[in-house]
Amino acid sequence: MSDVITLAHGSGGRKTSELIAELFKKNLGNEYFTADDAAVMPKPEGRIAMSTDGFIVSPWEFNGGNIGKLSICGTVNDLSCMGAKPLYLTCSYIVEEGFPVEDLEKIAQAMGETCRKAGVKIVAGDTKVAGKGQVDKVFITTAGVGVIADGVNLSGANAKPGDKIIVTGDVGRHGTCILLARDEYGIEADVKSDCAPLWDAVEAVLAVCPEMHVIRDATRGGVGTVLYEICDQSGVGIDINSEAVPVAPEVRGVTGMLGLEPLYLACEGTMVMFCPAEYADKVVEALKQTEHAKGAAVIGEVTAENKGRVVMTTSIGGKTYLPQPGNELLPRIC
Amino acid sequence: MSTIEEARSYLENYDGPDFRIMEVCGTHTHEIFRQGIRRILSPKINLISGPGCPVCVTPVSFIDEAVFLALEKGCTITTFGDLVRVPGSKMSLAGARAKGAKIKVVYAPFDAVKIAQENPEEQVVFLSVGFETTTPSDVIAVKKAMNAGLKNFSILTANKTMPGAYEAMGKSCDAFLYPGHVHAITGTQICKDMCDKGVSGVIAGFTGSELLTALAVAVKKFGEGKPFFVNCYPRVVKDEGSPAAVAMVERFMEPCDAEWRGIGTIPMSGMQLRDEYAEFDARKKYSVPDLKPEYKTACRCGDVLQGKITPNQCPLFGKACNPDHPVGACMVSDEGACSAFYMYGGDL
Repeated sequence: MSDVITLAHGSGGRKTSELIAELFKKNLGNEYFTADDAAVMPKPEGRIAMSTDGFIVSPWEFNGGNIGKLSICGTVNDLSCMGAKPLYLTCSYIVEEGFPVEDLEKIAQAMGETCRKAGVKIVAGDTKVAGKGQVDKVFITTAGVGVIADGVNLSGANAKPGDKIIVTGDVGRHGTCILLARDEYGIEADVKSDCAPLWDAVEAVLAVCPEMHVIRDATRGGVGTVLYEICDQSGVGIDINSEAVPVAPEVRGVTGMLGLEPLYLACEGTMVMFCPAEYADKVVEALKQTEHAKGAAVIGEVTAENKGRVVMTTSIGGKTYLPQPGNELLPRIC
Repeated sequence: MSTIEEARSYLENYDGPDFRIMEVCGTHTHEIFRQGIRRILSPKINLISGPGCPVCVTPVSFIDEAVFLALEKGCTITTFGDLVRVPGSKMSLAGARAKGAKIKVVYAPFDAVKIAQENPEEQVVFLSVGFETTTPSDVIAVKKAMNAGLKNFSILTANKTMPGAYEAMGKSCDAFLYPGHVHAITGTQICKDMCDKGVSGVIAGFTGSELLTALAVAVKKFGEGKPFFVNCYPRVVKDEGSPAAVAMVERFMEPCDAEWRGIGTIPMSGMQLRDEYAEFDARKKYSVPDLKPEYKTACRCGDVLQGKITPNQCPLFGKACNPDHPVGACMVSDEGACSAFYMYGGDL
């Protein structure tokens, strides 16, 4: 195979077949992976959830992952947030002419590895090649289907006064990592993206608390944006304790220097969960047993007062609003 | 005050005579709101957000000068991001950018020098605003450009110094919460002199606990009934300040009268480049005309900066004026009193 992707790789002809066989099938193949026009799978038992997400992160490779890993985690986590066990994914690539084949292989490898970890299968895909300059390196879209267990009913509109709010890990790492990778601020720090598939964490949580009210992935806009979304959707207020919000020291250092609020930086492997208060300890305990949620913590609770606002108790016991979500801080973060 | 809890409880329960203390540092303003400190204080302690945010006190005419350089002279304007959205009499720099002006946001003055070096065909002007804390890096940028022999780099100065403001605002409050970083450069003599003139104050650091401690010390000293000065930020502020930074600024700059937005002209409260560095002074280099804009607005930033009203008492606050559409400079910068009040719910 040639060293770089050419327009011929996207033509649907021999070069495309070569690419599928030598690169995608090798890394992503499974019993349902198809060369036909559509994949055929057995029908799952129960309600299904379906989701899709596009990935245009720049740079495509970052500390802790690459666009391939991210594209699997994104859709796996979106499904998981509805309590759906992710089963099948499709993926669609748009690759810029001249992109190194070696790099595309790295991306496919990361996708394969992440799929195996998350217990999900890529069943169909598509590759298009755009001319030089018509797309920036590589864009990926994934779509996925998952199955929801009986009795699970998660929605952003389900938060109730008294609910405890839990984050599954420290916040703001992916956003900080991408910000550093762009090298626009001249700051050097070792911040690894939290990019990870979290179905195992959600499964563990639902096992101890099937009545879980809300689970949401804190991607673009970070945990702060999720909190305001839930306030709106559920018609409640939120109280959080700023001291309880886990932030890695390296993230605190970078955000402190730049005057950024970690609660508003993107996460790609951190969720926000709202559960009835009596389950909070069990949920945190269950999360801590899973690979990517060892830093789980209760950060606050839902209130009937201050509807639509997030009130924060500060380290010195003051109270302020968490500022409302503002403009997009960084474009192309995921 | 041995512990933060003691300081907090003292400030919560204070029941002496009314006490007005003014912070004159934008970072203090931001932190006071972000930490929810106003809500902790007894109603007898009134915190006033004074003129300490460099963006907030930059006059309309300065924005007009920058727009003039960008549109009429074709200069590339390099600036800290906040200034881009500050309204001028006709337009902001963002407005000028929409008309085709080259406006580049930088994070440090050296980045502006670098832009000049890398783009010899462009005439690069850096907007030099700020107080004693940031002026040293502005003059170091000039020095760098001079050493590199750059002919296409200059600065438009609106640098300001604090002592003039202390004197001008001294009657608006009972004491100042002096800006820690300014005095890390200038030292503490200025504050001692102010104390001799009957103006009180404490130098404060920037964390929640440092701010609470400094406030508690100020309230306690106020109760003793004499002018006072205490350095509550000794881990950073030394009596002698930073003589090297002061000397560097003195080599390149000299005091001048300066206009403060919403307050007026305060004699000798600005800094401008000395005549021998005129080639780096954008005003002289491009013969910028003396712009005296007519500017009418219902915005009451000036009254906010002087502590005459709180931000939410301005008729525009949260309505015509909000962080997405700032009318006054105090709503533009994160360090502005109106912006901080709006974001963190000053009336919570």
